[in-house]
Amino acid sequence: MAAGTQGEYKLPLPRMRGSAVEFYKFCKAHELRFQRCTDCAAWRHIPRDMCAKCGSFNFEWARSSGKGTLFSWTTVSQPALPQFAPLVPFSPAVIELEEGVRMLSWVVDVKPDELALGMPVEVVFDDVTPEVTLPKFRRRR
Amino acid sequence: MDSLKDKGCIVGVGESAFTRGSGKTELRLMLEASAKALDDAGLKPHDIDGIVGPPLGASAEHFAANLGIEDLRYSTYVEMGGASPVVALQSAAMAIAFGVANCVLVPCGWNGYSVMRVSAGGQGGSGATPPGPLAGTIGAYYLPYGAVAPVQWYAWLATRHMKLYGTPFETMGTIAVTARKHAQLNPQAYMRGRPLTMDDYLKSRWVSYPFRLFDCCLETDAAGAVIVTSPERARDLRRPPVYISGVAEGHPYPADDIPARPDPFVIGLTFAAPKALRMAGVTLKDLDFAEIYDCFTYVVMLQMEALGFCKRGEIKDFITPERIGLGGELPMNTHGGLHSEAHVWGINHIVEATRQLRHECGERQVKDAEVGLVTGWGDFGDGGLAILRR
Ligand SMILES: [Zn+2]
Repeated sequence: MAAGTQGEYKLPLPRMRGSAVEFYKFCKAHELRFQRCTDCAAWRHIPRDMCAKCGSFNFEWARSSGKGTLFSWTTVSQPALPQFAPLVPFSPAVIELEEGVRMLSWVVDVKPDELALGMPVEVVFDDVTPEVTLPKFRRRR
Repeated sequence: MDSLKDKGCIVGVGESAFTRGSGKTELRLMLEASAKALDDAGLKPHDIDGIVGPPLGASAEHFAANLGIEDLRYSTYVEMGGASPVVALQSAAMAIAFGVANCVLVPCGWNGYSVMRVSAGGQGGSGATPPGPLAGTIGAYYLPYGAVAPVQWYAWLATRHMKLYGTPFETMGTIAVTARKHAQLNPQAYMRGRPLTMDDYLKSRWVSYPFRLFDCCLETDAAGAVIVTSPERARDLRRPPVYISGVAEGHPYPADDIPARPDPFVIGLTFAAPKALRMAGVTLKDLDFAEIYDCFTYVVMLQMEALGFCKRGEIKDFITPERIGLGGELPMNTHGGLHSEAHVWGINHIVEATRQLRHECGERQVKDAEVGLVTGWGDFGDGGLAILRR
């Protein structure tokens, strides 16, 4: 269930083009997958055409364990977009996955003043609309 | 590495009025600034034969059409957000060094309050197609989580720095309070007449933790312009030339996503700083003042560490009111900066550095200023550095 929303989902949905369509397609299936080079095995996010480590165009969408730690965050009190006003304070957070990639998300079950660097978290999937699922994170114990 | 050293010099600077509600187009604001810069230099509009156009608001050809430049020999753009004006000095110096142009205009400005005000959900904060390569990243991966504004992106770096190194709010506050203090000595500063104390700073409302209201720069309608020419051409102009002794640009890696950075504190300036300093043949100890791009207080601190003024994590000991205030060892943002003069994408930092080096700054003049630096910061951490000397 989307935090702070009831009924119709009012927050902006991801603008999907190119590889983002695929990233969110896996999220809809409740799988967190990132690109991984099939030549040198380097993981990457955000998605790219090429492997920056070895120059290969070859990759697979490899499944992440979904486990990670909190790398950093901000806690928004004055949102830049009015749709987010009912949610304040909320914390766009940088999550570092076990595979080494980092992504932006929310930690849904931790109050902003309890967030801490290195806090263990794991992915949860929020089906915000019938078409779109957002990966979010909860504290891992 | 010294190929551009002293090949270009700044001979004219100008700015529009700094307001909240210009009632004018961005182009008009920038043209007014350009006309003042031309007058400052003692040049005629048709003397300009090169333009590094602004990152938004108008094209180089718009400027040429208005100014009556029939033979525009060189036009280009720098797409580095707030780093664009400083990096434009590099393009200008290159064009002049190779004889592509003789006299290059660098304008920049916007209606940052009346049209693009981020805090009112304006274009700057709507996530509605920001320029350049960032749009894809923001739209696909940041927007659904409400992270569409610079105050939020840069806060990720600030939070991590504070937690790792015990950086206190008072360090950020010192930057805000010092800028406001300097603005009291600047007749055109938007915040002149409105002093700020550390207590005011600490009591100001949260915008996006760890940033409070007074960690954020102003939202203003404002433009500035700078004219660059060769040392030879500068000889018979109105003002003493200010030499671009060192200049370089740098980009963080990857430039289009902050979370993905191997080391989040490695920014564009990390790459630009050693190049520009080596080109100029100066060390940090030689600098008489520093005009540091100050969109947010912590971004100043991040840049100071990247420049090498102190080791990473030690900025809390380096930034003191005594050191960065006028009369101190390294006066910083002597005009009040984006925090207290106006938000002009940092071109006002170049304008101020030029006036400091011409010894025109009256009450806020840095005594015997010979050499100073100006940084630019834009987008997700693009950087520029110019070492200027009289
Ligand atoms: Zn590879």
